[in-house]
Amino acid sequence: MMLSVRDLAVSRGGVPVLEGVSFDLAAGRALVLRGPNGSGKTTLLRTVAGLQPAHEGRIEGAGERIAYAGHSDGLKAMLSVTENLRFWAQVFGTKEISDALRDFDLEALSDRPAGTLSAGQKRRLGLARLMVTGRPVWVLDEPTVSLDAASVALFAAAVRRHLETGGSALMATHIELGLEEAEIFDVTPFKAAPRAAKQDEAFL
Amino acid sequence: MIALLTRDLRLAVRAGGGFGLGLAFFLIVTVLVPFGVGPETGLLARIAPGVLWIGALLACLLSLDRILALDWEDGSLDLLATAPLPMEGIVSVKALAHWLTTGLPLVLAAPLLGVLLSLPQEGYLWLLVSLALGTPALSVIGTFGAALTVGLKRGGLLLSLLVLPLYVPTLIFGAEAARRGAEGLAVQTPLLMLAGISAGAIALLPFASAAVLRINLR
Repeated sequence: MMLSVRDLAVSRGGVPVLEGVSFDLAAGRALVLRGPNGSGKTTLLRTVAGLQPAHEGRIEGAGERIAYAGHSDGLKAMLSVTENLRFWAQVFGTKEISDALRDFDLEALSDRPAGTLSAGQKRRLGLARLMVTGRPVWVLDEPTVSLDAASVALFAAAVRRHLETGGSALMATHIELGLEEAEIFDVTPFKAAPRAAKQDEAFL
Repeated sequence: MIALLTRDLRLAVRAGGGFGLGLAFFLIVTVLVPFGVGPETGLLARIAPGVLWIGALLACLLSLDRILALDWEDGSLDLLATAPLPMEGIVSVKALAHWLTTGLPLVLAAPLLGVLLSLPQEGYLWLLVSLALGTPALSVIGTFGAALTVGLKRGGLLLSLLVLPLYVPTLIFGAEAARRGAEGLAVQTPLLMLAGISAGAIALLPFASAAVLRINLR
């Protein structure tokens, strides 16, 4: 089992948003989170990625196996596409960035400063970063925002290749990616009863 | 870690990176002081060590909010937090990069600017030594302040207010060492205190910075 989440309760700004969330994610599978805006998908993903602590419950198989991609791409406007990608490859201790450049069709842009890219091109570069992390579990928050249809197809192909090589993906997206390995997980039933948190979460 | 350091240094020297910001501010302050207090050599020589120290400290303060705020805004801080680097290491590298791009140029420029303030000849060596010992503490304490205020929009004012009291001991002992050096007195005690402040800050504050950064990232 790649990733196992049991009875997870998460809160945002001290207010519980989801509770009792349990799911398993096997190698080679993808799980797509669905739910209306504000239902806690981002908070759940950030908790799984280890950026904030869980209120209750357990997460197994996370930590150093997660590659996280949030709403912003973490690009430096003054560095070129290659420099941005190579930096993340060095941080994660991998070397090869040419596959990532090719799979997201960034080769023609490789010497351009990231600040001059369009929103969709920046997003492609942000997603290409996932490939250079070399990590098995991709945690993606709205990965297809500002991508056109062709880029969504590139992204779906990259996810499929990642799943075929034994990786897995947990993502929040409203777009149908056409992945037959993907299961849908609706977070709406796990909505927490609205109440104030018992303690200040900063000191948990 | 080295990748992060080289990236930060590279970003600092590219357009808009803020490499010259602290240095330019330091230059402006020291050039303006003789206009403000008058060209009397004796007076300038007496206040030169203190003015140079205050200038260096304010120049340092000016660039503090760039340490973490830029990485926070573009999301790279979140990604760094999930990377296989310890948070303590990240903040230490950030502080080191800040010192290399702001503190070190200030140390090297200070003797040149000392000429403008007619700093006595004996003072140059001790000015250099005191700044070299003191500016690392300024960078590390500043990184702690930047970590505390990282989530706030336009937190520059709060950052300055938080950091200034923490800067005071460094300023007192640094300026005192430079003043005693310029007057030909023994400099050992303030220099030891200054070195102690720097060593303590470098040893302890990265842990505090990492802890508050983890809380701020939630």
